[in-house]
Amino acid sequence: MSTSPDLAKLIFGRLTWDAVPLHEPILLATFAVVALGGVAVLGALTYYRLWGYLWREWLTSVDHKKIGVMYIILGLVMLLRGFADALMMRAQQAMAFGADHGYLPPHHYDQIFTAHGVIMIFFVAMPLVTGLMNLVVPLQIGARDVAFPFLNNFSFWMTVGGAVTVMMSLFVGEFARTGWLAYPPLSNIAYSPGVGVDYYIWALQIAGVGTLLSGINLIATIVKMRAPGMSLMKMPVFTWTSLCTNVLIVAAFPILTAVLALLSLDRYAGTNFFTNDFGGSPMMYVNLIWIWGHPEVYILVLPAFGIFSEVVATFCGKRLFGYASMVYATVVITILSYLVWLHHFFTMGSGASVNSFFGITTMIISIPTGAKIFNWLFTMYRGRIRFEVPMLWTIGFMVTFVIGGMTGVLLAVPPADFVLHNSLFLVAHFHNVIIGGVLFGLFAGITYWFPKAFGYKLDPFWGKMSFWFWLVGFYFAFMPLYVLGLMGVTRRVSHFEDPSLQIWFVIAAFGAVLILFGIVSFLIQLVVSFMKREQLRDLTGDPWDGRTLEWATSSPPPAYNFAFTPLVHAHDAWWDMKQRGYERPTKGFVPIHMPKNTGAGIILSGIATAVAFGLIWQMWWLAAGGFVALVATAIAHTFNYKRDYYVPVEDVTRAEDERTKTLASLA
Amino acid sequence: MNLLRRLALLSLPVLLAGCDMVVMNPSGDVAVQQRDLILVATVLMLLIIVPVIALTLFFAWKYRRSNTKAAYDPEWHHSTRLEVVIWAAPLVIIVILGAITWMSTHLLDPYRPLDRIAPARPVAADAKPLRVEVVALDWKWLFIYPDLGVATVNELAAPVDTPIEFKITASSVMNSFFVPALAGQIYAMPGMQTKLHAVINKPGEYDGFSANYSGAGFSGMRFKFHGLDKAGFDAWAAGVKTAGGRLDRETYLQLERPSENEPVRRFAAVEADLYPAILNMCVDRSKMCMNDMMRIDADGGLGMAGIHNVLALEYDKRARRGSEAEPARRFVAAVCTPTDGAIPPRKTAARSDRPSPAL
Repeated sequence: MSTSPDLAKLIFGRLTWDAVPLHEPILLATFAVVALGGVAVLGALTYYRLWGYLWREWLTSVDHKKIGVMYIILGLVMLLRGFADALMMRAQQAMAFGADHGYLPPHHYDQIFTAHGVIMIFFVAMPLVTGLMNLVVPLQIGARDVAFPFLNNFSFWMTVGGAVTVMMSLFVGEFARTGWLAYPPLSNIAYSPGVGVDYYIWALQIAGVGTLLSGINLIATIVKMRAPGMSLMKMPVFTWTSLCTNVLIVAAFPILTAVLALLSLDRYAGTNFFTNDFGGSPMMYVNLIWIWGHPEVYILVLPAFGIFSEVVATFCGKRLFGYASMVYATVVITILSYLVWLHHFFTMGSGASVNSFFGITTMIISIPTGAKIFNWLFTMYRGRIRFEVPMLWTIGFMVTFVIGGMTGVLLAVPPADFVLHNSLFLVAHFHNVIIGGVLFGLFAGITYWFPKAFGYKLDPFWGKMSFWFWLVGFYFAFMPLYVLGLMGVTRRVSHFEDPSLQIWFVIAAFGAVLILFGIVSFLIQLVVSFMKREQLRDLTGDPWDGRTLEWATSSPPPAYNFAFTPLVHAHDAWWDMKQRGYERPTKGFVPIHMPKNTGAGIILSGIATAVAFGLIWQMWWLAAGGFVALVATAIAHTFNYKRDYYVPVEDVTRAEDERTKTLASLA
Repeated sequence: MNLLRRLALLSLPVLLAGCDMVVMNPSGDVAVQQRDLILVATVLMLLIIVPVIALTLFFAWKYRRSNTKAAYDPEWHHSTRLEVVIWAAPLVIIVILGAITWMSTHLLDPYRPLDRIAPARPVAADAKPLRVEVVALDWKWLFIYPDLGVATVNELAAPVDTPIEFKITASSVMNSFFVPALAGQIYAMPGMQTKLHAVINKPGEYDGFSANYSGAGFSGMRFKFHGLDKAGFDAWAAGVKTAGGRLDRETYLQLERPSENEPVRRFAAVEADLYPAILNMCVDRSKMCMNDMMRIDADGGLGMAGIHNVLALEYDKRARRGSEAEPARRFVAAVCTPTDGAIPPRKTAARSDRPSPAL
């Protein structure tokens, strides 16, 4: 690099040794741990000769179940990163009072809260939600795969590409110091000239491609591939909420893509969409990003509502109360979620009529949401409730979520919002609904469908430990933030003067430690369950006495899911089949047409990530060359005609006969 | 409504026990009304929330599997009467809350001049409000008192029971002007102006700060707001007058540079029209004021001649923040088209009081 500065600049762009944070002990230690862990994993893969297995069976797989599982693994890995950020923030805020400035200088603290928000929403909640939809929806509608299996694989790898881009920023350069929505003018080139915001933009753009395509894919799957007889009003509620979520994704994510594209034009090409001068309007950015951002929270929470609906019906041993009203509530929420975005910035100076309009539309959403809560409540009424772990999460959700809903409606009253906006009260509110709603739902869903994916249940003891640590930890971590918000404490502050606040931050930090135990318990649960898998094995394929079609096949299901496409006659199709003495077909199998694995998705995503790296560091040769390679690879993939195959009838017969024997041995 | 408020106020001492919740115990009439609104809305919603939580726990306990005496009805899944109730009950609450929202949002619109300084104490007809011009800088607050001809940094004072009229802008990025004891917050945005009307009713020293993250020095962007009685305020103003120092354009351009945890500073005199110049981003005399530019644009623009005007229109304080080298900005230097020099037809632009790059 020393020969010629111009040559170095041409090759490395903005990237120099200064970008590697050798002077940051926290980051160096993190890097050491990640590197050692990575080497250990790679070493183990090589030692046990798993590379070929991994490539053939997982990385290139177009099987929706495996892609779903990989999404969930991605979400859990990123949860560890996002939660590490949370612990660091809690520690900083618990100690930085008066003369003590804590251990994180602002430039580091500001990256942490930005990364925490971005990671938790885009790379934890989204992959977990998409993963469960991928795993469950085709099974629930009696399909053999999603509508576009390769696209599914590609979507997953693009999401991974985004996550990798965020993780790179930890060790090469920096992440944005702007807050998770990167409002200009702060995020514009004049005030954030470094690479942080560029990392933010390109990570979200790459992952956004994946999210959008997977949304299209699941809509097409649900609309076109339902088993015969499954009319819309016979669809399981989780499938309904998935459909609405994916409609929201397809309608909302292009806005995010567009607004980030405009911001990158401002940053790279000197345009003036969101600058202070030359007619730019930062207020436009704030509007646009929330027109995406508000539907986004419903994108996350609707599938969680679907999960609770499945869980509550199953574990109460009872039909869901008010199925039709549940469906209409979901659809109403879907539509209304587009009419509320301005409630995120009542304080920007809109007129009273505009503010009231958006305040009232926001409150109206609480009506269908309230109806949903009542529907779950009356499903429990006259049920026979089994307190398995998914049901515990559901009850924890019902109690916690209504509190978050209440504080949400409070924030929707504009004059009240004027004193609560941007305070820790707001932070407490959205963690209340996202942890109490989305995350509890996801854990319920993971526990509920785990036996379907792997053939054995999760160990209930560690599941209960995880639940109670999360629940109690949540209250300890976030109730103090409500109090602090009412004490007039604002968010994103890294140092405080008033010592009377400290006790509340210490309690919140304690709560975060309890949540840490919850996460560790969950990880222990995965390990313990794997060790005890023979004890926890489920051979029936229907471990919870389920009601919907995914429980009609074996656990884990064969690649083709169902040897014969089931015929649906009623809502809760599998329950109905069991009631009517359904006989599983045992002969007359035919070859099954299935899609073939391909490595194109992972290759395209790798190239896209390289392009992003080139754009971030202004290595134009890499960006341009990578882009050409990207297009060329995509075109080359269209010439791959080996896209499908038939599962030979012997294989189908063998697999189904085995299941017949297993079921007979149980009877 | 009155009953509700009384109910809400009764529960207040319980809520307040143990800590100083300024939002729940403010000292300005506007913030008091906002507090009341929070209480009324909370009580209204608790009418639904408390039964739901109680029923959830009760049903979970009663219909547990081991309780075989409880009724079990696996096919019961619909009841029109119950459906009507579960949709109607939240609807009724929201209708009431919506009406309250509509009224209170208009009544407490920060742009609306006050008509009372406390319950049953209307603003006197001859009362002159105290005008304060607020500028959020990197990372400190500048307050200009046009009536007194003085300015302060990170210190705000106002006489009690006098309406205060804030005009708010910023120099570089977005902040939010917030004194919880006084009134709700409103964003401070560069090149734009927002407004806030408020009144402080009790003398005292209150905290004010930026409630919108604005970069590295954000945590230290705090100031004290002094609510003073009439004599106290006059003494304070006289003290600022004798402190010396003059805030002219050059001083402002120095002051505007990023700095953190600034101490209080006082200026006995302020250059006339400094605030309009800040708002229009033309404190630096080499820049064209935004309102002039907008007037030209409203009259149809300069046409091709405008090409020569761009340097005077670049306002963003590039690379003022970071240590990184500033990327050079490129401008179009010349354009040739067949219609060189043609002046486009006149247009008139609508003007609004709401935040927009205008005076």
